Amino acid sequence: MANIFHRNNKKENPDVPTQEKAGFFTYLIIVIIGLILLYPIIWMFFASFKSNNEIFGSTALLPKEWHPENYIKGWKGSAGYTYTKFFANTFLMVIPTTLFTVISSTLVAYGFTRFNFPHKKLLMTALIAMMMLPNTVVIVPRYMLYNQFHWVDSYMPFYAPALLCCNSFFPYMLIQFLRSVPKDLDESAYIDGCGTFKTLTAILLPLMKPAIFSAGLFQFLWTYNDYFNALIFVNSVRKYPISLALRLSLDSESVADWGKVMAMAFVAVIPVMLLFFACQKYFVEGIATSGMKN
Amino acid sequence: MKETDSTRMKQHYSKRDYKAYLYLLPWLFGFFALQLYPFIMSFIYSFNDYTVGGKMNFVGLGNYIQLMTKDRDFWNSLKVTILFALYTVPGKVILALLVAMFLNRNIRGINLIRTVYYIPSLFGGSIAVALLWRLMFMDNGIIVTALSHLGLKNVTFLGSPRLALPTITALEVWQFGSSMVMLLAALKNVPKELYEAADIDGANKFVEFFHITLPQISPILFFALLNQMIQELQNFTTPYTITNGGPRKATNVLGILLYKQGFSYFKMGYASAISWVEFTIILLFTLVLFGTSKFWVHYADET
Repeated sequence: MANIFHRNNKKENPDVPTQEKAGFFTYLIIVIIGLILLYPIIWMFFASFKSNNEIFGSTALLPKEWHPENYIKGWKGSAGYTYTKFFANTFLMVIPTTLFTVISSTLVAYGFTRFNFPHKKLLMTALIAMMMLPNTVVIVPRYMLYNQFHWVDSYMPFYAPALLCCNSFFPYMLIQFLRSVPKDLDESAYIDGCGTFKTLTAILLPLMKPAIFSAGLFQFLWTYNDYFNALIFVNSVRKYPISLALRLSLDSESVADWGKVMAMAFVAVIPVMLLFFACQKYFVEGIATSGMKN
Repeated sequence: MKETDSTRMKQHYSKRDYKAYLYLLPWLFGFFALQLYPFIMSFIYSFNDYTVGGKMNFVGLGNYIQLMTKDRDFWNSLKVTILFALYTVPGKVILALLVAMFLNRNIRGINLIRTVYYIPSLFGGSIAVALLWRLMFMDNGIIVTALSHLGLKNVTFLGSPRLALPTITALEVWQFGSSMVMLLAALKNVPKELYEAADIDGANKFVEFFHITLPQISPILFFALLNQMIQELQNFTTPYTITNGGPRKATNVLGILLYKQGFSYFKMGYASAISWVEFTIILLFTLVLFGTSKFWVHYADET
């Protein structure tokens, strides 16, 4: 316990950030915690090569017999559709949603930070209040609305809220960022005859890139993982994203072939892991600066 | 352009300022059509007998009365929902704080460690990880087998009404990463001088924690608690995909009740009533949390 409360003391020389000589035990604890945290994912990877016999009743990590055909069998999918189709569906759902979110949030954040208009305070309060609005309380009427538009069983229930900037978290994140950008820059551009839209695209957009990228990453991740909305709004297997397909591959057989299910589950987490490692700076900064769900 | 927001007179807006509405247009439209309208409509639905394709039939408090007096699942689901939040939120945030404090030191590779610890949190609400959890905690699965090697025979997790909820709680707590990153950033912002002064006064680590660290990071801690609470009170995916509400309804949260009534039986009025109960619970918890905040949350501009 004392170790947890241990902190870096640099009494002698507070201005020079020296690297603390971390003891062996510090690193040991760090590694142990890391292994505990990652063990389920590591186990998932190896389980994807096992047969049902080996998955149950054994604690061994490595498979005795390797069954790479789990991936081939798994990829065949269910109900006549392969995972090629499910992946294509997922990206068809996630990528436009991400782009629409980024575009609409940028416009709205620009409107809120660079203009002084009537009822600004009231509207800003409404924007922030909507962050607290639980999805569950609007889901039923939204379903009825989309049903009337014949949007159920399409990806419109994902595209429309993204286009209309309905997750206040994203504009709020960009507003926070834009507030830290000095106004002189765009004001001088405006005086020089730049229109408001030109000012946004030519002056602010290049500066906002990292923040926009962070927002896009999170929207990508959340939409990719989202199960609840997919379950409600996407009904036909032909249009299933991976989240629904995974559940289907488990439910469609009387005796589940878990090796196969784990193989596809692992395939499903690969894009997320790749994205995270490629862009981890943006993830971590995005969370640390704006505060985050999940 | 010396004119700033504060000096500008009221009622004095330039033509340029009105252009703001053009940029806000997507959100204004979304706010009214997809947020405010559904919010009001679900309130109205909740007083009606309303099925998809059918007519609205005003029943007053009928849905609520049926929910609270006739529905055998309701009180149990309410209890389970609150318990689930009471397990997961403090569990997640306290673990995040402990890990963040442990990592708050100037050592080599800290960024890599932070990244690795964040990995489980990438899969919040992911079905792949929910299936993994289900498989690991199954009877005869790896966890049960490992326990039986340690001498604990015949433990069952997902089949036990007592242990099912703690088991799915563990999945949520495992994903403590975003709270950890936020708290770590907050800890790094605590002025070093405060600790140095306390060290000179001979304060021990516990005194420092409660008198320096905790007050300094309290706004972020409050934010993390609030955020997690709103999330977990409406969690659906985790209990739905791992235990499907069972065994014997031990994990049957309000979200599952709402989903089944609304999207399996299409009783939209009844489902809306459930959603408003859930909303009320979230609101109550939020108000309570805000109420406690004046005792423990310290904002820099107050002092």
